[in-house]
Amino acid sequence: MQLQYCLILAAALFCIGIYGLITSRNAVRVLMSIELMLNAVNLNLMGFSNFLDPSAIKGQIFTIFVITVAAAEAAVGLAIILAIYRNRETVDMEQFNLLKW
Amino acid sequence: MTLAEGVQIVSFGILAVMVLGSALGVVLLTNIVYSAFLLGGVFISIAGLYVLLNAEFVAAAQVLIYVGAVNVLILFAIMLVNKREDFSSIPRRWIRQGATGIVCFGLFALLGTMILITPWSLAPTSSAVIENSIVEIGKHFFSDFLLPFELASVLLLMAMVGAIILARRDIIPEVAIAKEREIVSTSLTLPERPREIASIGSSPTKEQ
Repeated sequence: MQLQYCLILAAALFCIGIYGLITSRNAVRVLMSIELMLNAVNLNLMGFSNFLDPSAIKGQIFTIFVITVAAAEAAVGLAIILAIYRNRETVDMEQFNLLKW
Repeated sequence: MTLAEGVQIVSFGILAVMVLGSALGVVLLTNIVYSAFLLGGVFISIAGLYVLLNAEFVAAAQVLIYVGAVNVLILFAIMLVNKREDFSSIPRRWIRQGATGIVCFGLFALLGTMILITPWSLAPTSSAVIENSIVEIGKHFFSDFLLPFELASVLLLMAMVGAIILARRDIIPEVAIAKEREIVSTSLTLPERPREIASIGSSPTKEQ
């Protein structure tokens, strides 16, 4: 098992996340796509930590911080979705035009 | 991991297929409940990849935080906002999706080319893998990563308070809303429930 396989898998996961982030219309699915992208980044960090820096595993530290921030982001994002659902009665991303000019 | 090379390759292949298939299911399936459960599959598969990459503690943290907290939170959000609504069709939406797909595939091709042609300066041998990664992580947390560690706790506290305030339901009596909409429904106001009415209107309802 090599570093390249790990990185290519992470790149594929990141691209799937971007595709879902742009094309999905349900707001909860957008959050799920963001989680996919964060996991791809974590996989990158873990691969580098294992193959390039196996003595001082700083990539794992970074991964733990990313997991922490992702948990906070998920909580705040879902709270925002709940609030906007209460106001607009929909979760369609195309109808969230409060900040459009 | 003290596994043979072939076993590692086969496990990595199975986990990679699981990750990619579940991620495509998350993005492409129409039923969002299936998407949420497949997202749990993605998280568990990535935890398996972490175990293959000699990181047992992060794998356990991944299962605990992502599968146990984030995925359950997403399922709760789906149940709270689940209204069977058919999204209005947008003309020429396939152009958007096709362009996005092309851009994403191009980005993947770019990243893959970059990964394959870069000469990575790999660590000389993997025999220097430390025995107990938890001890090493703890040393890092309390020596050179102490400030980010404390800041992460402050961030979690702020996120918790913010989430509670954002998701708190203000009791809005329907009569007050209707009256308010008649009064201030001009073209310049945002279609949003007024917050000031809530505090006024909720005080007599408490006495009932």
